[in-house]
Amino acid sequence: MFGQLHDQEVRRREALVTGIVTSQPIRCVQCGICSYSCPIGIDVRRHVREGIPVTASQCLTCGQCVARCPRGVLTLESSPIFD
Amino acid sequence: MPVTVRPQRHVIIGGGVAGLTAAQVIRRRDTRGQITIVTEERHLPYSRPGLAYLLAGDVPLSQLFPWTEAELRALQASFLRGRAMALDMAGRVVVLQDGRRLAYDALLLATGATAVLPDIPGTQLRGVATLDQLDDATRILALARRGRRAVVVGGGITAVELAEGLAARGVETHYLLRKDRYWGQVLDPEESRMVERGLERHGIRLHYHTNVVRVLGQQGRVKGVLTEKGKSMACDLVGFAIGIRPKAELAASAGLDVDRGIRTDEYLRTSAEGVYAAGDAAEVYDPATGKHLLDSLWWMAQDQGRVAGDNMSGGSSAYLRDIPFNVTRIGGLITTIVGNVGQGGRGDDDTVSIVHGQSEGWHEPHDSFAVESGDLTSRVRLLVGRETLVGAVIMGDQTLSRPLCDLVRQRVPLGRLRQQLLQSPERAVQILVEYSRRQADRQLQEVA
Repeated sequence: MFGQLHDQEVRRREALVTGIVTSQPIRCVQCGICSYSCPIGIDVRRHVREGIPVTASQCLTCGQCVARCPRGVLTLESSPIFD
Repeated sequence: MPVTVRPQRHVIIGGGVAGLTAAQVIRRRDTRGQITIVTEERHLPYSRPGLAYLLAGDVPLSQLFPWTEAELRALQASFLRGRAMALDMAGRVVVLQDGRRLAYDALLLATGATAVLPDIPGTQLRGVATLDQLDDATRILALARRGRRAVVVGGGITAVELAEGLAARGVETHYLLRKDRYWGQVLDPEESRMVERGLERHGIRLHYHTNVVRVLGQQGRVKGVLTEKGKSMACDLVGFAIGIRPKAELAASAGLDVDRGIRTDEYLRTSAEGVYAAGDAAEVYDPATGKHLLDSLWWMAQDQGRVAGDNMSGGSSAYLRDIPFNVTRIGGLITTIVGNVGQGGRGDDDTVSIVHGQSEGWHEPHDSFAVESGDLTSRVRLLVGRETLVGAVIMGDQTLSRPLCDLVRQRVPLGRLRQQLLQSPERAVQILVEYSRRQADRQLQEVA
């Protein structure tokens, strides 16, 4: 149980360090909650519309946009450069 | 002497996602052509599904406009505010309400759909609301600021959006259902209960077996509703969400083939030369089932706009109807609905047709059996067909939403998975989680 939780926490931290926000545009209805919840004002919605991951160097990978999207459009994925 | 070719004149009626997407595609293909978008909206194009989040207070109004003015200018399209009143098919002219005449070479009817009101007395009173457009949402917010008590009537996603939005604004909200559960056309009884519990948690009071027969008023304003059993309930606001109807009057008056919506073939051509239809207004032919179906889904309207725009500017794309799905929040639960999940019929106890965010494709007949798994807060229902998963409803935890959507939409043969699901339906979630992990590993290996 604790081992699982530990693994989960390790994965979460790894994602925070190495993550990029990617999207599945077909789920998106351009409501703008993602852009609205970004603490540093990245226009996440535009990234989704154009089908490109959020690669802005300022992105904190805080996961706010991922968590707040009501339609599961966004995911925090490991950046391939760390593989 | 060089021959100069006159630029093509593209006219699009409707500034929603279908119309705008068509304009974008046309502009990419035809840099010289004229594009005119006729819209009744006084706003820039906005996210229609986002209105629910505006009502609930999740997002401010200023955020609902995905396209900046600069992006819209780059389209080099003329936006005309007005209403198209008539089509002259022979002369290829659209006549606007103010008398302006727009000649076209290609015309797109992307007029959307409008909420239906029940045929009962009192629906003209101030304080009766439906949720189609941005102005409806801002009006509801204004009513909610003044009102203390609201009654919501209807079903599907929109009724719940109305109820949750009003409750979030501090209005005492009563949701009236005609039978014993919510959205029986799409959800199974347990799923209905989960939504109902979620609504109650948000302070919404549910009334079952309650049918409104009259909206009561005083001096032109709503004062309450009268139920079939003779009981009156006081309120200042009544929200109706009993269904939507494609806006097809313009097409019908011009003699186009219109049934429930504007009928098109698989190229989104209507029965008139040079005239196309897309989005909520269109009743699109599906070659796979041989039927004309209605959908009210954002991404489908976008896909149709893309195909119509391509065909209007010289292309010959067929619209291949994808398996319908939507992700929505009902009763506070994020819910994915994909494929054939519902019962037959076009309306249910609380609705007379589909509502916004719904697809008739969900109700197509299917040969499958249901496997359910879940607890009080999350639930997965799978419709297992002979070879593939034909539908799924994922409520609450959305871990399985993407893998299940992929399985259904890509018609992945289930193989051994089917046997496992049949043998141990109670382990359905674990089986699918393991499956999706294996899939993810496989994809990683392929990348490596």
